[in-house]
Amino acid sequence: MLIRKPADLRYSDVTPQPLYVNRRSFLAGSVALGAFGALAGTARSAKLEDVKKSPYNVGDEKVTPLEAITHYNNYYEFGTDKEDPAKNAQNFRTSPWTLKVEGEVAKPMTFDHDALFKIAPLEERIYRHRCVEAWSIVVPWIGFPLSALLKQVEPTSKAKYVAFESYYDSKQMLSERAAGIQLPYVEGLRLDEAMHPLALMAVGLYDETLPNQDGAPIRLVVPWKYGFKSAKSLVKIRLVAKQPPTTWNISGPNEYGFYSNVNPQVDHPRWSQAKERRLGELFKRNTLMFNGYSEVASLYTGMDLRKNF
Amino acid sequence: MIKFRSVLSKLLGKILSSRWTKVALFAACLVPILLLARPLWMLATAGYSPQLTANPIEYITHYTGTWTIRFLLITLSVTPFRKIFNQPKIARYRRMLGLFAFFYVCLHFLTWFVLDKFFSFPEMWADILKRRYITVGMLGFAMLLPLAVTSTAGWVRRLGFMKWQRLHRLIYFAALAGVIHYYWLVKSDVRLPLMYAAILAVLMLYRFAARKRSVQARRVTTPNTASLPD
Repeated sequence: MLIRKPADLRYSDVTPQPLYVNRRSFLAGSVALGAFGALAGTARSAKLEDVKKSPYNVGDEKVTPLEAITHYNNYYEFGTDKEDPAKNAQNFRTSPWTLKVEGEVAKPMTFDHDALFKIAPLEERIYRHRCVEAWSIVVPWIGFPLSALLKQVEPTSKAKYVAFESYYDSKQMLSERAAGIQLPYVEGLRLDEAMHPLALMAVGLYDETLPNQDGAPIRLVVPWKYGFKSAKSLVKIRLVAKQPPTTWNISGPNEYGFYSNVNPQVDHPRWSQAKERRLGELFKRNTLMFNGYSEVASLYTGMDLRKNF
Repeated sequence: MIKFRSVLSKLLGKILSSRWTKVALFAACLVPILLLARPLWMLATAGYSPQLTANPIEYITHYTGTWTIRFLLITLSVTPFRKIFNQPKIARYRRMLGLFAFFYVCLHFLTWFVLDKFFSFPEMWADILKRRYITVGMLGFAMLLPLAVTSTAGWVRRLGFMKWQRLHRLIYFAALAGVIHYYWLVKSDVRLPLMYAAILAVLMLYRFAARKRSVQARRVTTPNTASLPD
Protein backbone atom coordinates (compact mmCIF):
# COMPACT_ATOMS: atom_id res chain seq x y z
CA MET A 1 0.00 0.00 0.00
CA LEU A 2 1.28 3.43 -0.74
CA ILE A 3 -0.21 5.13 2.30
CA ARG A 4 2.07 6.58 4.90
CA LYS A 5 1.44 8.10 8.30
CA PRO A 6 0.58 11.78 7.75
CA ALA A 7 3.25 12.95 10.16
CA ASP A 8 6.05 11.31 8.17
CA LEU A 9 6.24 13.47 5.11
CA ARG A 10 6.28 17.12 4.27
CA TYR A 11 6.90 17.68 0.60
CA SER A 12 9.93 19.68 1.73
CA ASP A 13 11.36 16.33 2.79
CA VAL A 14 11.10 14.92 -0.69
CA THR A 15 12.21 18.02 -2.57
CA PRO A 16 15.96 18.64 -2.09
CA GLN A 17 16.17 21.09 0.80
CA PRO A 18 18.22 23.86 -0.89
CA LEU A 19 15.94 23.73 -3.91
CA TYR A 20 12.81 23.85 -1.74
CA VAL A 21 13.96 26.69 0.48
CA ASN A 22 15.38 28.75 -2.34
CA ARG A 23 12.93 27.81 -5.00
CA ARG A 24 11.54 31.32 -5.42
CA SER A 25 14.96 32.89 -5.74
CA PHE A 26 16.08 29.96 -7.86
CA LEU A 27 13.20 30.62 -10.18
CA ALA A 28 13.25 34.41 -10.13
CA GLY A 29 16.88 35.26 -9.73
CA SER A 30 18.92 32.74 -11.63
CA VAL A 31 20.77 34.54 -14.40
CA ALA A 32 21.50 31.31 -16.20
CA LEU A 33 17.80 30.65 -16.53
CA GLY A 34 17.29 34.16 -17.83
CA ALA A 35 13.79 35.14 -18.77
CA PHE A 36 12.62 31.70 -17.76
CA GLY A 37 12.96 32.70 -14.12
CA ALA A 38 10.50 35.55 -14.54
CA LEU A 39 8.00 33.23 -16.16
CA ALA A 40 8.04 30.93 -13.14
CA GLY A 41 4.29 30.61 -13.31
CA THR A 42 3.96 31.24 -9.63
CA ALA A 43 3.99 35.02 -10.15
CA ARG A 44 0.28 35.33 -9.41
CA SER A 45 -0.13 32.34 -7.15
CA ALA A 46 -1.19 33.00 -3.59
CA LYS A 47 -0.05 31.01 -0.62
CA LEU A 48 -2.64 28.56 0.70
CA GLU A 49 -3.00 28.40 4.45
CA ASP A 50 -4.52 25.72 6.67
CA VAL A 51 -3.57 22.85 4.42
CA LYS A 52 -3.60 19.56 6.25
CA LYS A 53 -1.42 16.60 5.46
CA SER A 54 -3.17 13.56 4.01
CA PRO A 55 -2.16 9.91 3.80
CA TYR A 56 -1.92 10.20 0.02
CA ASN A 57 1.71 9.98 -1.01
CA VAL A 58 3.94 8.10 -3.39
CA GLY A 59 6.53 6.52 -1.14
CA ASP A 60 10.08 7.31 -2.13
CA GLU A 61 9.28 8.51 -5.63
CA LYS A 62 10.63 12.01 -6.16
CA VAL A 63 8.18 14.88 -6.46
CA THR A 64 8.57 16.67 -9.79
CA PRO A 65 10.09 20.17 -9.47
CA LEU A 66 7.69 23.09 -9.82
CA GLU A 67 9.53 24.36 -12.94
CA ALA A 68 8.67 21.16 -14.79
CA ILE A 69 5.05 21.06 -13.56
CA THR A 70 4.53 24.64 -14.72
CA HIS A 71 6.48 24.56 -18.01
CA TYR A 72 5.48 21.24 -19.53
CA ASN A 73 1.73 21.36 -20.01
CA ASN A 74 -0.93 20.06 -22.34
CA TYR A 75 -3.50 22.85 -22.24
CA TYR A 76 -4.34 23.23 -25.93
CA GLU A 77 -6.60 26.25 -25.35
CA PHE A 78 -3.33 28.10 -24.70
CA GLY A 79 -1.28 26.48 -27.46
CA THR A 80 -0.35 22.98 -28.53
CA ASP A 81 3.35 23.08 -27.65
CA LYS A 82 4.33 22.01 -24.17
CA GLU A 83 5.83 25.41 -23.36
CA ASP A 84 2.91 27.42 -24.79
CA PRO A 85 0.55 27.41 -21.77
CA ALA A 86 3.22 28.89 -19.49
CA LYS A 87 3.68 31.74 -21.97
CA ASN A 88 0.11 32.26 -23.13
CA ALA A 89 -1.82 31.73 -19.90
CA GLN A 90 0.00 34.54 -18.07
CA ASN A 91 -2.97 36.91 -18.33
CA PHE A 92 -5.75 34.36 -18.05
CA ARG A 93 -8.37 35.86 -15.74
CA THR A 94 -9.29 33.36 -13.05
CA SER A 95 -11.13 35.85 -10.83
CA PRO A 96 -14.05 36.45 -10.91
CA TRP A 97 -14.98 32.80 -11.42
CA THR A 98 -18.18 30.79 -11.37
CA LEU A 99 -18.45 27.06 -10.81
CA LYS A 100 -21.97 25.68 -11.21
CA VAL A 101 -22.86 22.28 -9.81
CA GLU A 102 -26.22 21.21 -11.22
CA GLY A 103 -28.23 18.51 -12.99
CA GLU A 104 -29.67 15.49 -11.23
CA VAL A 105 -29.13 16.97 -7.77
CA ALA A 106 -31.42 18.01 -4.93
CA LYS A 107 -29.38 21.10 -4.04
CA PRO A 108 -27.70 22.73 -7.05
CA MET A 109 -24.96 25.15 -5.99
CA THR A 110 -22.94 27.95 -7.50
CA PHE A 111 -19.52 28.97 -6.21
CA ASP A 112 -17.61 32.16 -6.81
CA HIS A 113 -13.80 32.35 -6.77
CA ASP A 114 -13.30 32.68 -3.01
CA ALA A 115 -15.95 30.07 -2.22
CA LEU A 116 -13.94 27.44 -4.15
CA PHE A 117 -11.40 27.33 -1.35
CA LYS A 118 -14.03 26.85 1.36
CA ILE A 119 -16.02 23.94 -0.08
CA ALA A 120 -14.22 21.45 2.17
CA PRO A 121 -11.06 21.43 4.31
CA LEU A 122 -7.96 21.56 2.12
CA GLU A 123 -5.42 18.80 2.23
CA GLU A 124 -2.20 18.04 0.43
CA ARG A 125 -2.14 14.94 -1.77
CA ILE A 126 0.96 13.81 -3.59
CA TYR A 127 -0.23 11.93 -6.67
CA ARG A 128 1.37 10.34 -9.72
CA HIS A 129 0.11 11.94 -12.92
CA ARG A 130 0.40 9.86 -16.09
CA CYS A 131 -0.16 11.43 -19.50
CA VAL A 132 -1.51 9.34 -22.36
CA GLU A 133 1.63 10.40 -24.28
CA ALA A 134 3.64 8.11 -21.96
CA TRP A 135 5.32 10.64 -19.71
CA SER A 136 4.57 11.13 -16.04
CA ILE A 137 5.19 13.39 -13.08
CA VAL A 138 4.52 13.44 -9.35
CA VAL A 139 2.47 16.44 -8.22
CA PRO A 140 1.84 17.69 -4.67
CA TRP A 141 -1.76 18.80 -5.19
CA ILE A 142 -3.81 20.77 -2.68
CA GLY A 143 -7.55 20.25 -2.70
CA PHE A 144 -10.49 18.33 -1.34
CA PRO A 145 -12.18 15.10 -2.38
CA LEU A 146 -14.76 15.46 -5.17
CA SER A 147 -17.06 13.29 -3.05
CA ALA A 148 -17.18 16.08 -0.42
CA LEU A 149 -18.61 18.46 -3.05
CA LEU A 150 -21.01 15.88 -4.51
CA LYS A 151 -22.37 15.01 -1.07
CA GLN A 152 -23.27 18.67 -0.55
CA VAL A 153 -25.39 18.85 -3.71
CA GLU A 154 -27.11 15.51 -3.02
CA PRO A 155 -27.28 13.59 -6.31
CA THR A 156 -30.72 12.09 -7.00
CA SER A 157 -31.31 8.44 -7.89
CA LYS A 158 -31.27 9.42 -11.58
CA ALA A 159 -27.65 10.54 -11.39
CA LYS A 160 -25.34 7.92 -12.88
CA TYR A 161 -22.50 10.01 -14.30
CA VAL A 162 -20.74 13.27 -13.59
CA ALA A 163 -20.02 15.58 -16.53
CA PHE A 164 -17.34 18.28 -16.33
CA GLU A 165 -16.96 21.38 -18.44
CA SER A 166 -13.89 23.61 -18.61
CA TYR A 167 -13.81 27.33 -19.24
CA TYR A 168 -13.63 28.45 -22.83
CA ASP A 169 -13.38 31.98 -24.18
CA SER A 170 -12.14 32.69 -27.68
CA LYS A 171 -10.84 36.09 -26.59
CA GLN A 172 -8.41 34.70 -24.02
CA MET A 173 -7.84 31.34 -25.69
CA LEU A 174 -7.12 29.84 -29.12
CA SER A 175 -9.83 29.00 -31.61
CA GLU A 176 -11.00 25.39 -31.82
CA ARG A 177 -9.21 25.12 -35.19
CA ALA A 178 -5.91 26.27 -33.72
CA ALA A 179 -6.30 24.07 -30.65
CA GLY A 180 -7.20 21.06 -32.79
CA ILE A 181 -9.96 19.87 -30.45
CA GLN A 182 -13.59 20.70 -29.87
CA LEU A 183 -14.08 23.32 -27.17
CA PRO A 184 -15.15 23.93 -24.46
CA TYR A 185 -13.27 20.93 -23.09
CA VAL A 186 -15.60 18.35 -21.60
CA GLU A 187 -14.96 15.26 -19.51
CA GLY A 188 -16.90 12.73 -17.52
CA LEU A 189 -16.76 10.07 -14.83
CA ARG A 190 -19.08 7.34 -13.68
CA LEU A 191 -20.71 8.38 -10.40
CA ASP A 192 -18.90 5.70 -8.38
CA GLU A 193 -15.57 6.81 -9.89
CA ALA A 194 -16.36 10.41 -8.93
CA MET A 195 -17.30 9.36 -5.41
CA HIS A 196 -14.07 7.38 -4.93
CA PRO A 197 -11.88 8.94 -2.23
CA LEU A 198 -9.00 9.37 -4.69
CA ALA A 199 -10.91 11.71 -7.02
CA LEU A 200 -9.73 15.20 -6.14
CA MET A 201 -10.84 18.76 -6.74
CA ALA A 202 -7.48 20.57 -6.82
CA VAL A 203 -7.16 24.28 -6.04
CA GLY A 204 -3.43 24.42 -5.52
CA LEU A 205 -0.07 22.74 -5.79
CA TYR A 206 3.22 23.12 -3.90
CA ASP A 207 1.53 25.16 -1.12
CA GLU A 208 0.18 27.83 -3.48
CA THR A 209 -2.90 28.28 -5.64
CA LEU A 210 -2.83 26.64 -9.07
CA PRO A 211 -0.75 28.34 -11.74
CA ASN A 212 -2.91 29.28 -14.74
CA GLN A 213 -1.26 26.75 -17.03
CA ASP A 214 -2.04 23.95 -14.57
CA GLY A 215 -5.80 24.56 -14.61
CA ALA A 216 -6.47 27.49 -12.28
CA PRO A 217 -8.53 28.14 -10.25
CA ILE A 218 -10.00 24.65 -9.78
CA ARG A 219 -9.53 21.40 -11.63
CA LEU A 220 -10.26 17.71 -11.44
CA VAL A 221 -7.52 15.19 -10.66
CA VAL A 222 -8.19 11.50 -11.29
CA PRO A 223 -4.79 9.90 -10.74
CA TRP A 224 -5.65 6.38 -11.93
CA LYS A 225 -6.63 7.61 -15.37
CA TYR A 226 -4.65 9.25 -18.17
CA GLY A 227 -4.04 12.93 -17.52
CA PHE A 228 -6.48 14.27 -20.12
CA LYS A 229 -9.34 12.99 -17.93
CA SER A 230 -8.30 15.50 -15.25
CA ALA A 231 -10.14 18.48 -16.71
CA LYS A 232 -8.78 21.93 -15.94
CA SER A 233 -10.34 25.30 -15.07
CA LEU A 234 -13.79 23.90 -14.31
CA VAL A 235 -16.94 26.00 -14.73
CA LYS A 236 -19.60 23.32 -14.67
CA ILE A 237 -20.16 20.01 -12.94
CA ARG A 238 -23.35 18.29 -13.99
CA LEU A 239 -24.88 15.09 -12.63
CA VAL A 240 -26.44 13.21 -15.53
CA ALA A 241 -28.19 9.95 -16.29
CA LYS A 242 -26.36 9.02 -19.50
CA GLN A 243 -22.63 8.70 -20.22
CA PRO A 244 -21.50 12.20 -21.18
CA PRO A 245 -19.30 13.04 -24.21
CA THR A 246 -15.59 13.65 -23.59
CA THR A 247 -13.40 15.88 -25.76
CA TRP A 248 -10.61 13.42 -26.59
CA ASN A 249 -13.12 10.67 -27.32
CA ILE A 250 -14.77 13.01 -29.80
CA SER A 251 -11.35 13.71 -31.37
CA GLY A 252 -10.30 10.09 -31.60
CA PRO A 253 -12.95 7.53 -30.63
CA ASN A 254 -10.68 4.56 -31.25
CA GLU A 255 -7.74 6.13 -29.41
CA TYR A 256 -9.26 7.80 -26.32
CA GLY A 257 -11.99 5.96 -24.50
CA PHE A 258 -14.40 7.12 -21.83
CA TYR A 259 -12.65 5.20 -19.07
CA SER A 260 -8.99 5.71 -20.14
CA ASN A 261 -7.71 3.94 -17.06
CA VAL A 262 -3.92 3.73 -17.00
CA ASN A 263 -3.33 0.21 -18.30
CA PRO A 264 0.05 -1.07 -19.52
CA GLN A 265 -1.66 -4.00 -21.22
CA VAL A 266 -3.86 -1.91 -23.48
CA ASP A 267 -1.81 0.07 -25.97
CA HIS A 268 -2.82 3.28 -27.67
CA PRO A 269 -3.38 2.30 -31.34
CA ARG A 270 -0.27 4.22 -32.38
CA TRP A 271 2.09 3.73 -29.43
CA SER A 272 2.75 1.43 -26.51
CA GLN A 273 1.51 2.18 -22.99
CA ALA A 274 3.76 -0.38 -21.31
CA LYS A 275 6.41 2.14 -20.31
CA GLU A 276 6.56 5.81 -19.41
CA ARG A 277 9.15 8.56 -19.13
CA ARG A 278 9.11 10.00 -15.61
CA LEU A 279 10.26 13.56 -16.19
CA GLY A 280 13.72 14.04 -14.69
CA GLU A 281 14.67 10.38 -15.06
CA LEU A 282 16.84 8.96 -17.82
CA PHE A 283 15.47 5.44 -17.97
CA LYS A 284 11.88 4.64 -18.75
CA ARG A 285 9.70 3.13 -16.04
CA ASN A 286 7.23 0.31 -16.36
CA THR A 287 3.73 1.71 -16.32
CA LEU A 288 1.62 0.41 -13.43
CA MET A 289 -1.94 -0.81 -13.70
CA PHE A 290 -4.25 2.05 -12.64
CA ASN A 291 -1.08 4.15 -12.32
CA GLY A 292 -0.28 2.23 -9.15
CA TYR A 293 -3.65 2.99 -7.52
CA SER A 294 -4.80 -0.59 -7.20
CA GLU A 295 -7.49 0.46 -4.72
CA VAL A 296 -9.72 1.44 -7.68
CA ALA A 297 -9.69 -2.06 -9.18
CA SER A 298 -12.96 -2.88 -7.40
CA LEU A 299 -14.72 -0.25 -9.53
CA TYR A 300 -14.06 -2.35 -12.62
CA THR A 301 -14.52 -5.97 -11.54
CA GLY A 302 -16.09 -7.95 -14.35
CA MET A 303 -15.42 -5.24 -16.93
CA ASP A 304 -13.38 -5.98 -20.02
CA LEU A 305 -10.86 -3.14 -19.80
CA ARG A 306 -9.68 -3.74 -23.36
CA LYS A 307 -13.16 -3.06 -24.70
CA ASN A 308 -13.83 -0.33 -22.17
CA PHE A 309 -10.51 1.39 -22.72
CA MET B 1 15.28 46.95 -64.37
CA ILE B 2 16.68 44.23 -66.60
CA LYS B 3 20.20 45.51 -65.98
CA PHE B 4 19.61 45.33 -62.21
CA ARG B 5 18.40 41.75 -62.46
CA SER B 6 21.35 40.62 -64.58
CA VAL B 7 23.75 42.33 -62.16
CA LEU B 8 22.03 40.53 -59.29
CA SER B 9 22.19 37.26 -61.19
CA LYS B 10 25.90 37.66 -61.89
CA LEU B 11 26.54 38.54 -58.25
CA LEU B 12 24.65 35.46 -57.11
CA GLY B 13 26.64 33.37 -59.56
CA LYS B 14 29.88 34.75 -58.17
CA ILE B 15 28.84 34.03 -54.59
CA LEU B 16 27.84 30.50 -55.50
CA SER B 17 31.18 29.86 -57.20
CA SER B 18 33.25 30.95 -54.24
CA ARG B 19 34.91 28.37 -52.04
CA TRP B 20 34.05 30.42 -48.99
CA THR B 21 30.35 30.04 -49.66
CA LYS B 22 30.71 26.32 -49.24
CA VAL B 23 32.49 26.80 -45.91
CA ALA B 24 29.84 29.26 -44.75
CA LEU B 25 27.02 26.94 -45.78
CA PHE B 26 28.67 24.02 -43.97
CA ALA B 27 28.87 26.12 -40.81
CA ALA B 28 25.25 27.21 -41.23
CA CYS B 29 24.12 23.59 -41.53
CA LEU B 30 25.81 22.84 -38.22
CA VAL B 31 24.01 25.63 -36.39
CA PRO B 32 20.96 23.56 -35.35
CA ILE B 33 23.15 21.03 -33.57
CA LEU B 34 25.46 23.71 -32.15
CA LEU B 35 22.45 25.46 -30.64
CA LEU B 36 21.89 22.35 -28.54
CA ALA B 37 25.42 22.33 -27.14
CA ARG B 38 24.96 24.79 -24.30
CA PRO B 39 21.53 23.47 -23.22
CA LEU B 40 22.94 19.94 -23.25
CA TRP B 41 25.83 21.07 -21.08
CA MET B 42 23.41 22.73 -18.67
CA LEU B 43 21.37 19.54 -18.59
CA ALA B 44 24.44 17.45 -17.81
CA THR B 45 25.70 19.73 -15.04
CA ALA B 46 22.60 21.40 -13.52
CA GLY B 47 20.23 18.53 -14.26
CA TYR B 48 17.73 20.79 -16.01
CA SER B 49 17.72 23.09 -19.00
CA PRO B 50 14.61 25.15 -19.72
CA GLN B 51 15.36 25.22 -23.47
CA LEU B 52 15.23 21.43 -23.57
CA THR B 53 11.90 21.43 -21.66
CA ALA B 54 11.06 19.10 -18.81
CA ASN B 55 11.24 16.18 -21.24
CA PRO B 56 14.61 16.67 -22.97
CA ILE B 57 14.70 13.27 -24.66
CA GLU B 58 11.37 13.97 -26.33
CA TYR B 59 12.50 17.47 -27.25
CA ILE B 60 15.78 16.34 -28.82
CA THR B 61 14.07 13.53 -30.74
CA HIS B 62 11.55 16.01 -32.09
CA TYR B 63 14.22 18.64 -32.81
CA THR B 64 16.47 16.31 -34.80
CA GLY B 65 13.45 14.96 -36.68
CA THR B 66 12.27 18.45 -37.62
CA TRP B 67 15.72 19.36 -38.96
CA THR B 68 15.83 16.13 -40.95
CA ILE B 69 12.66 16.97 -42.82
CA ARG B 70 13.79 20.57 -43.26
CA PHE B 71 17.11 19.55 -44.77
CA LEU B 72 15.40 17.04 -47.04
CA LEU B 73 13.11 19.77 -48.35
CA ILE B 74 16.02 22.23 -48.69
CA THR B 75 17.93 19.60 -50.68
CA LEU B 76 14.90 19.08 -52.90
CA SER B 77 14.73 22.85 -53.50
CA VAL B 78 18.19 23.00 -55.06
CA THR B 79 17.23 21.85 -58.54
CA PRO B 80 14.14 24.09 -58.81
CA PHE B 81 16.26 27.01 -57.59
CA ARG B 82 18.91 26.20 -60.18
CA LYS B 83 16.37 26.14 -62.97
CA ILE B 84 14.28 29.12 -61.94
CA PHE B 85 17.19 31.46 -61.21
CA ASN B 86 19.44 29.93 -63.88
CA GLN B 87 22.26 29.29 -61.41
CA PRO B 88 23.92 25.99 -62.32
CA LYS B 89 26.59 26.59 -59.67
CA ILE B 90 24.15 25.86 -56.85
CA ALA B 91 24.18 22.19 -57.78
CA ARG B 92 27.55 21.95 -56.04
CA TYR B 93 25.83 22.32 -52.69
CA ARG B 94 23.20 19.70 -53.13
CA ARG B 95 25.31 16.80 -51.94
CA MET B 96 26.34 18.61 -48.77
CA LEU B 97 22.74 19.53 -47.98
CA GLY B 98 21.60 15.96 -48.60
CA LEU B 99 24.33 14.58 -46.36
CA PHE B 100 23.30 16.97 -43.62
CA ALA B 101 19.77 15.61 -43.88
CA PHE B 102 21.33 12.19 -43.40
CA PHE B 103 23.37 13.51 -40.45
CA TYR B 104 20.25 14.75 -38.71
CA VAL B 105 18.30 11.59 -39.41
CA CYS B 106 21.14 9.59 -37.85
CA LEU B 107 20.97 11.76 -34.73
CA HIS B 108 17.18 11.37 -34.72
CA PHE B 109 17.43 7.59 -35.01
CA LEU B 110 20.20 7.34 -32.41
CA THR B 111 18.31 9.49 -29.91
CA TRP B 112 15.42 7.07 -30.20
CA PHE B 113 17.48 3.87 -30.32
CA VAL B 114 19.78 4.80 -27.44
CA LEU B 115 17.67 6.94 -25.11
CA ASP B 116 14.28 5.34 -25.75
CA LYS B 117 15.12 1.73 -26.61
CA PHE B 118 18.45 1.58 -24.73
CA PHE B 119 20.24 -0.34 -27.47
CA SER B 120 17.63 -3.09 -27.32
CA PHE B 121 17.25 -4.62 -30.79
CA PRO B 122 14.23 -6.78 -29.85
CA GLU B 123 12.44 -3.72 -28.50
CA MET B 124 13.37 -1.74 -31.58
CA TRP B 125 12.00 -4.48 -33.88
CA ALA B 126 8.79 -4.73 -31.85
CA ASP B 127 8.21 -1.02 -32.32
CA ILE B 128 9.06 -1.09 -36.03
CA LEU B 129 6.62 -3.90 -36.65
CA LYS B 130 3.79 -2.65 -34.46
CA ARG B 131 3.85 1.16 -34.54
CA ARG B 132 3.09 2.25 -38.08
CA TYR B 133 4.61 5.68 -37.63
CA ILE B 134 7.90 3.99 -36.71
CA THR B 135 7.57 1.54 -39.62
CA VAL B 136 7.32 4.36 -42.11
CA GLY B 137 10.03 6.32 -40.31
CA MET B 138 12.45 3.39 -40.51
CA LEU B 139 11.63 2.97 -44.20
CA GLY B 140 12.56 6.62 -44.74
CA PHE B 141 15.81 6.12 -42.86
CA ALA B 142 16.56 2.94 -44.81
CA MET B 143 16.04 4.79 -48.09
CA LEU B 144 18.49 7.51 -47.11
CA LEU B 145 21.27 5.04 -46.26
CA PRO B 146 22.19 4.05 -49.85
CA LEU B 147 21.94 7.68 -50.87
CA ALA B 148 24.50 8.70 -48.26
CA VAL B 149 26.81 5.83 -49.22
CA THR B 150 26.64 6.58 -52.97
CA SER B 151 26.87 10.33 -52.60
CA THR B 152 30.44 10.57 -53.91
CA ALA B 153 31.66 11.21 -57.47
CA GLY B 154 33.34 7.83 -57.38
CA TRP B 155 29.99 6.15 -57.03
CA VAL B 156 28.48 8.20 -59.86
CA ARG B 157 31.22 6.77 -62.07
CA ARG B 158 30.84 3.24 -60.73
CA LEU B 159 27.09 3.14 -61.27
CA GLY B 160 26.98 5.29 -64.36
CA PHE B 161 25.07 8.54 -64.20
CA MET B 162 21.69 7.15 -65.36
CA LYS B 163 21.60 4.40 -62.73
CA TRP B 164 22.91 6.77 -60.06
CA GLN B 165 20.25 9.34 -60.85
CA ARG B 166 17.49 6.74 -60.73
CA LEU B 167 18.75 5.47 -57.34
CA HIS B 168 18.81 8.98 -55.95
CA ARG B 169 15.15 9.47 -56.79
CA LEU B 170 14.68 7.57 -53.52
CA ILE B 171 14.94 10.94 -51.81
CA TYR B 172 11.40 11.77 -52.99
CA PHE B 173 10.10 8.69 -51.21
CA ALA B 174 12.25 9.29 -48.16
CA ALA B 175 10.83 12.80 -47.81
CA LEU B 176 7.31 11.44 -48.27
CA ALA B 177 7.97 8.77 -45.62
CA GLY B 178 9.21 11.49 -43.28
CA VAL B 179 6.09 13.58 -43.72
CA ILE B 180 3.79 10.58 -43.14
CA HIS B 181 5.88 9.57 -40.11
CA TYR B 182 5.35 13.05 -38.63
CA TYR B 183 1.63 13.11 -39.46
CA TRP B 184 1.04 9.71 -37.85
CA LEU B 185 2.75 10.52 -34.55
CA VAL B 186 0.99 13.82 -33.84
CA LYS B 187 -1.93 13.68 -31.38
CA SER B 188 -4.25 16.25 -32.87
CA ASP B 189 -2.43 19.29 -34.22
CA VAL B 190 -1.59 18.25 -37.78
CA ARG B 191 -0.76 21.74 -39.03
CA LEU B 192 3.04 21.34 -39.09
CA PRO B 193 3.08 17.91 -40.79
CA LEU B 194 0.61 19.23 -43.34
CA MET B 195 2.77 22.30 -43.94
CA TYR B 196 5.81 20.13 -44.72
CA ALA B 197 3.61 17.95 -46.91
CA ALA B 198 2.45 21.03 -48.81
CA ILE B 199 6.05 22.19 -49.38
CA LEU B 200 6.99 18.72 -50.60
CA ALA B 201 3.97 18.69 -52.91
CA VAL B 202 4.96 22.03 -54.44
CA LEU B 203 8.55 20.86 -55.00
CA MET B 204 7.32 17.66 -56.65
CA LEU B 205 4.74 19.49 -58.76
CA TYR B 206 7.46 21.80 -60.05
CA ARG B 207 9.55 18.82 -61.12
CA PHE B 208 6.57 17.17 -62.75
CA ALA B 209 5.70 20.35 -64.66
CA ALA B 210 9.35 20.94 -65.68
CA ARG B 211 9.62 17.37 -66.94
CA LYS B 212 6.45 17.65 -68.97
CA ARG B 213 7.70 20.87 -70.56
CA SER B 214 11.07 19.35 -71.52
CA VAL B 215 9.40 16.21 -72.97
CA GLN B 216 7.10 18.40 -75.06
CA ALA B 217 10.05 20.53 -76.20
CA ARG B 218 11.90 17.42 -77.35
CA ARG B 219 8.87 16.22 -79.31
CA VAL B 220 8.56 19.54 -81.19
CA THR B 221 12.23 19.68 -82.26
CA THR B 222 12.38 16.06 -83.50
CA PRO B 223 11.80 16.20 -87.28
CA ASN B 224 9.34 13.95 -89.00
CA THR B 225 11.77 12.05 -91.24
CA ALA B 226 9.05 10.50 -93.37
CA SER B 227 8.31 13.81 -95.01
CA LEU B 228 11.93 14.44 -96.02
CA PRO B 229 12.85 13.85 -99.65
CA ASP B 230 15.17 10.86 -100.28
